[in-house]
Amino acid sequence: MGISMYDTKGDKVFKAVDIFLLIIITLLCAYPMWFVLIAAVSNPDLVQNGQVMFLPKDFTWDGYQAVFQNNDILIGYRNTIIYTVFGTLLDLVVTLPAAYALSRHDFVGRNIFTVIFTITMFFSGGMIPGYLVVQRMHLINNPLVMIIIGATGMYDIILCRTFFQSSIPSELTDAAQIDGCSNTQLFVKVILPLSKPIVAVMTLFFAISHWNNYFTAMLYLNKPDLRPLQLVLQEILIQSDMMAQLIQNQSVDPATAAKIERTKQLVRYASIVVSSLPVMCLYPLIQKYFVKGIMIGSIKG
Amino acid sequence: MLRKKKSEAPVGAAIAVRHQSSRRKLMKRNWELYLFILPATLYFALFCYWPMYGVIIAFKRYNIGTGILQSPWVHPWYHYFKMFFDSAWFTTTVKNTLVLSLYGFVVSNILPLLLALMVNEVQNMVFKKTVQTITYLPYFISEVVLVGLIDLMFADKGVVNHMVTACGGTATQFLSSDVAFPHLYVWSGEWVGTGYGAIIYFAALSNVNPELYEAAVIDGANRFQRIIHVTMPAVIPTFVMLLILGAGSIMSVSYTKVLLMQTTTNLEVSEVINTYVYKTGILHTQYSLSTAVGLFNNVINLILLIIVNKISKTVSDIALW
Repeated sequence: MGISMYDTKGDKVFKAVDIFLLIIITLLCAYPMWFVLIAAVSNPDLVQNGQVMFLPKDFTWDGYQAVFQNNDILIGYRNTIIYTVFGTLLDLVVTLPAAYALSRHDFVGRNIFTVIFTITMFFSGGMIPGYLVVQRMHLINNPLVMIIIGATGMYDIILCRTFFQSSIPSELTDAAQIDGCSNTQLFVKVILPLSKPIVAVMTLFFAISHWNNYFTAMLYLNKPDLRPLQLVLQEILIQSDMMAQLIQNQSVDPATAAKIERTKQLVRYASIVVSSLPVMCLYPLIQKYFVKGIMIGSIKG
Repeated sequence: MLRKKKSEAPVGAAIAVRHQSSRRKLMKRNWELYLFILPATLYFALFCYWPMYGVIIAFKRYNIGTGILQSPWVHPWYHYFKMFFDSAWFTTTVKNTLVLSLYGFVVSNILPLLLALMVNEVQNMVFKKTVQTITYLPYFISEVVLVGLIDLMFADKGVVNHMVTACGGTATQFLSSDVAFPHLYVWSGEWVGTGYGAIIYFAALSNVNPELYEAAVIDGANRFQRIIHVTMPAVIPTFVMLLILGAGSIMSVSYTKVLLMQTTTNLEVSEVINTYVYKTGILHTQYSLSTAVGLFNNVINLILLIIVNKISKTVSDIALW
């Protein structure tokens, strides 16, 4: 661009160093993800020996095969999909209309609601009082808890409110009202279609937080068939008891035991890919809205 | 309701009446907006304000059978706080919380800004987009997977050790090392959050008028001077804003991640206040003690936020309220 032609010698060095560092940073960010991809399809013995670093070796699908035959993972997958779809819908239904109401200058009581909501950003009852409330509402071991908890937050509301305020011209609202348009019609037929970027961003945010949430399940669910994927992953990746049990149950000879041990290694990598890929695939679909939505939402936020 | 007080003067009274009736008219015309805000209000009432009321069990000998109201008050009122202050875990958890959060606070505030400034200097759009996309891809990885990834890559026979030995170094037992724990915690967080954190600065940078750069060039400023005098002033308000917000959560380490990273051997450096709250409360069902510890933590956060906001207001005019 134009400005580059004024670069001094020092500027050129500066730029070269800048680009070099950026390449290193990008590689550092990408490598762990790349490593998981190649380790999931390589001979686990070679991974252990350090022979698999940049390219897969001794290609195998065993890990993925084992993942798709693992009942816990499949049940977890099903549960997570249910929690994510309904949870995200609820989040949107709770957050967007509230944010829109707060964005309207002619909404009487706007300030009071804003103050009441904002306090929740800076002070909370804490884990146990929250737990007791969930208990009182009979939500322990109830799949609804995974959908309801986190349905909205003041931070999300502020993000959407800022978007509505800064990108919906108030003349539009006035015109619609003069035409006898009710607020609901206005919101559904005019405002929402104009707010695709923020709706896309919020959908992505909400979906990720439901998909990746493990702690709500750890606190409130202990029935195995209700567990979300992340809780199953925790067992596979972090506490390896479940796999150990599987091996014990199958009273096997040493050769098969070794094979199971190798599969166990592969399953770890493959399950990371299988669980993270859906969210990452979602991203390019709404990328064009992503940065735009965050930028508009964060101007004042 | 808020503005009624202004109507004390006799002249003001007439205006106030008209004002009030127009308010009533507005409320009537916009009745649907109250339905719009109802679900969120209900959510905050049930899951934020009701638990806030529940905080009083920190001052009571809470018993599930008798309930919050019937449970007796403790004497002295700070009984459970004292219990925590006197316990063996007090110093450890407070120290670990401060170490992890201050370390994370410093790094996580500086790196996204640096990344944004570095990317901003690049003119090639394809390179710029590639760097941005790849650096915020890790943001989508869950805590469970992240900690699983740390366990796999930093294991004694993990790929990191293989790389270290390939480069002529000696293998380290990262996962059982007390020294490595804070670094693993903080830098894994950076891996996930830096690219994402930079986005907010790109927003601020996109508002800089390009003519300012041209003017700076004409004045003979080199690249570095342009960053200092043109780019930095554009991002400083955002930076300070994030500092204030971050200061309000100094005491709240991302305990869900710490919990996943804990092993029986690293508790000495990994037990933080909130993991202690989880264990005393959920695992050992000492509800009152756990609530008191959580409250202690929250109140300190609140005080920090108020102090930092006040300082920032007097020094730089940037404040949350």
